[in-house]
Amino acid sequence: MAELSTPSRFSLRRLRNLPLVPIIILLVVFIIPAFFAQWIAPHDPYVPNLRARLQPPVFFGGTWEYPLGTDRLGRDILSRILHGAWYVMAVSMIGIFVGVVVGTTLGLIAGYVRGRFDSLVMRLVDISLALPAMLLALALAAALGASFLSVVIVVGFALWAYFARQVRAEVLLLRDSDFVARSLVAGSSHARILFRHILPNVVNTIVVLATLQVGIAIMLDASLSFLGIGIPRPTPAWGLLVSDGRDFIATDWWIAFFPGLAIMLTVLSVNMIGDWLRDALDPRLKQF
Amino acid sequence: MLRHLLLRSGSSLFALLIISMIVFSLSQLSGNPVDALLPDDATQEQIDTFIRDWGLDQPLWKQYMTFLGNAMLGDFGTSLKWPGESAMGFVLDRMPATLKLGGLAILISVVIALPLGIAAAYTKGSITDNAAQLFALLGQSMPNFWLGIVLIWVFSVWLGWLPTSGTGSFAHLILPAIAIAWFQISALTRLTRSAMLEVLDAEYVKLARVKGVPEWLVICKHAFRNAAVVPLTYFGILAASILTGSVVIESVYSYPGMGWVAIEAIRGRDFPVIQAVILAYAVIYMLSNLLVDLLYVVVNPRMHHG
Amino acid sequence: MNSQTKKPLLEVQDLKVEIKTKVGSFVPVNGHSFSVHEGETIGIVGESGSGKSMTASALMRLLPKHVAKITEGSVRLDGKELLTLSEKQMRKVRGAEISMILQDPQTSLNPAFTVGSQIKEALRLHAPGPRRSLRSRAIDALKAVKVAAPEQRIDAYPGELSGGMRQRVVGAIAISCRPKVIIADEPTTSLDVTVQAQYLRLLRELQEETGMAILFITHDFGIVASLCHRVLVMYAGRIVESGPVGKIFANPAHPYTEALIATVPSLSGNQGRLRTIPGQPPSPAEKIVGCPFAPRCDYADARCRSEAPPTVLANGDSEHTTSCWRAVNQ
Repeated sequence: MAELSTPSRFSLRRLRNLPLVPIIILLVVFIIPAFFAQWIAPHDPYVPNLRARLQPPVFFGGTWEYPLGTDRLGRDILSRILHGAWYVMAVSMIGIFVGVVVGTTLGLIAGYVRGRFDSLVMRLVDISLALPAMLLALALAAALGASFLSVVIVVGFALWAYFARQVRAEVLLLRDSDFVARSLVAGSSHARILFRHILPNVVNTIVVLATLQVGIAIMLDASLSFLGIGIPRPTPAWGLLVSDGRDFIATDWWIAFFPGLAIMLTVLSVNMIGDWLRDALDPRLKQF
Repeated sequence: MLRHLLLRSGSSLFALLIISMIVFSLSQLSGNPVDALLPDDATQEQIDTFIRDWGLDQPLWKQYMTFLGNAMLGDFGTSLKWPGESAMGFVLDRMPATLKLGGLAILISVVIALPLGIAAAYTKGSITDNAAQLFALLGQSMPNFWLGIVLIWVFSVWLGWLPTSGTGSFAHLILPAIAIAWFQISALTRLTRSAMLEVLDAEYVKLARVKGVPEWLVICKHAFRNAAVVPLTYFGILAASILTGSVVIESVYSYPGMGWVAIEAIRGRDFPVIQAVILAYAVIYMLSNLLVDLLYVVVNPRMHHG
Repeated sequence: MNSQTKKPLLEVQDLKVEIKTKVGSFVPVNGHSFSVHEGETIGIVGESGSGKSMTASALMRLLPKHVAKITEGSVRLDGKELLTLSEKQMRKVRGAEISMILQDPQTSLNPAFTVGSQIKEALRLHAPGPRRSLRSRAIDALKAVKVAAPEQRIDAYPGELSGGMRQRVVGAIAISCRPKVIIADEPTTSLDVTVQAQYLRLLRELQEETGMAILFITHDFGIVASLCHRVLVMYAGRIVESGPVGKIFANPAHPYTEALIATVPSLSGNQGRLRTIPGQPPSPAEKIVGCPFAPRCDYADARCRSEAPPTVLANGDSEHTTSCWRAVNQ
């Protein structure tokens, strides 16, 4: 089990045998578009062009003007996907960041101080793991209306407990190790021990877990957007793009097909990179 | 063993309580609960009775107790979007449809994933194994709503074999159930494979062979019986994913189950129905988790210690 | 016991097993020939990695699939050739005519099934009968291995039994169908000394009752001396010495046997440390030229390192063979 061996420090030297194919796919489909969509997208993603409605993709009777075709308002699918990448990335990264910060902080403190606070945190972890994120998403969407913030909260909520549980388990191990005792004797403050000595030892775990969660975050965000309880229109979030094409699948399949493909390629490559990172840095996390 | 189950039921009830608080706070968070829970054209008289019935003039904790009491009786008020329907009654009406769909999805995932995982483990390193692994990797990366749409495209539009959406016959269930099951098949296949790999080299598997037990029995009885615990622990997660899947997929296929109701209710800001549907989902989820716990006790060989 | 008067139950001729891995192929069982007679116990001794367990698996035809293969030789059980049987025919032999006691009682019983169902499974496969009689036969098998209160124990799960008790159950499964030959693969290694002694006594009693032949695999020459009639000493996939236990103990012909005997703690209360043989056995992938033991042998000379020794009679005794140049020179 994961709890048995002591965690190891983060080290770049272990990052060998980079999985190149997934990295390239991720760069091309996700990362580069997220930052440079403005410059590389061939068209404006928002402005309708009724003369170019429902153009098929190139090779399927279309032209290079609209490589992946256009939607029913004549907007370029490719440009919409490229611009959507930014929102997908922002939501998933901030959501994970929230999860990491909340989970790590609570896990660190719970494992370090133990006692009643620890029991409380672990009880919250259990409940949070027992609640399907979708229920919370529905509740939040109903109460606050769908927004960027509500999606970030849902993603953070869905993930924090995994971090808290794992970090706590490792801190429990580290707490008893010699160097903590030595530091205490040498007069280090608890805060210093936590952040200078213990935190660096759980960074590996956090990095691996976070990477493995990116796929989950993207998928969750996409599902919410698809249902119309994610980021509101007109933002071209990928899930929204798929839902735009749902009613046209019989005639104009490309509207839904390509955004979904973008989601799949992104999640696939992130998952492969996550698996590799886990094997390289922290094989004890195999259960995730 | 009994203690373990009681403990688990206790924490399930506690989680339900938390959810009820969240659900209760929905109408508060959205502003004035009267606006949220009554139709816009309600008369002052209706509003007054409503405030009295639900104790809205009382302090918040008293309001919550009233809400909880009513909720336990299944009373969430009447639907705003579907006038005349009791909120919970409307949800319960749709529940069988969702359970049918979820049940079929679970059946499909188990029937495909377990044999696939066992076969992959047994032929470790072979083409079968690699194909199964690739399939699992792809399946876990495919958004289910997109898969649902692609399935409609292929099987309904191109081939014309199955209906595109709606409900009515068994044929209507097939595509949505596959779309929900797909991800679970991947996860369950991976899990079964790794669990089987751990037990296939065990001494007791060798002992079965020494006894002259036929190979298929060695695998399916002696090895799998011990590996089964691992996929079973996943069933708790499975229930959650199927639930999530049903919300999304029912919307894709316009399948009128609880998930479809939930989304429609949110779109129509129909708070009584939203509250009812979320709590109904939570109860189903807790019950299925409890069932998994029970099964776990039955299946886990290490629980036989007494 | 005089082995000439009884018929050989198990005859092994030139048995050769090859293992293929990514790093290359090697031969963990290299041309074994031996026979086991009714009521006889043969010890197979050697360090770990000498190919003892591989020999056992080969006799049961339970070598790891796709990795190891029997390439040559013949195994005859009561006159019947086993190596040419179909898998289906072989299954009828396994557990019924030749059975095996595995090494680790902690893991060799299936934790998911009761003791009774695991014994009955073997009975049902090889000697089917009505449910009631299966149960009473399973109880008989437990009685035979001296399990106390077998009527209750039969419904217990392995997790509820002690290590020694579990190994008795494994024994009960092995003898339940009255096999002619039992291979015991280090059955007592993980048991403590008193339990070990009880278990060995039990094996001997069972043998006296049933006349089965036992192939006892161990690394402990002490057990061999107390239990076995004859012994095969294995080193690096070869039988380097074989013969009656008494003769080999009194007069080992191979330096490796000599070293093994020297590792047995002496009963006279010598408080010295447990002795081990210096050096490492050759790694399986290593190409061996000459005698495989030469690098660790005190007597080795140039010929030992360049030429493999033939198998010859030791001291001119027809029951005692060895492969060592020193025996050839005599």
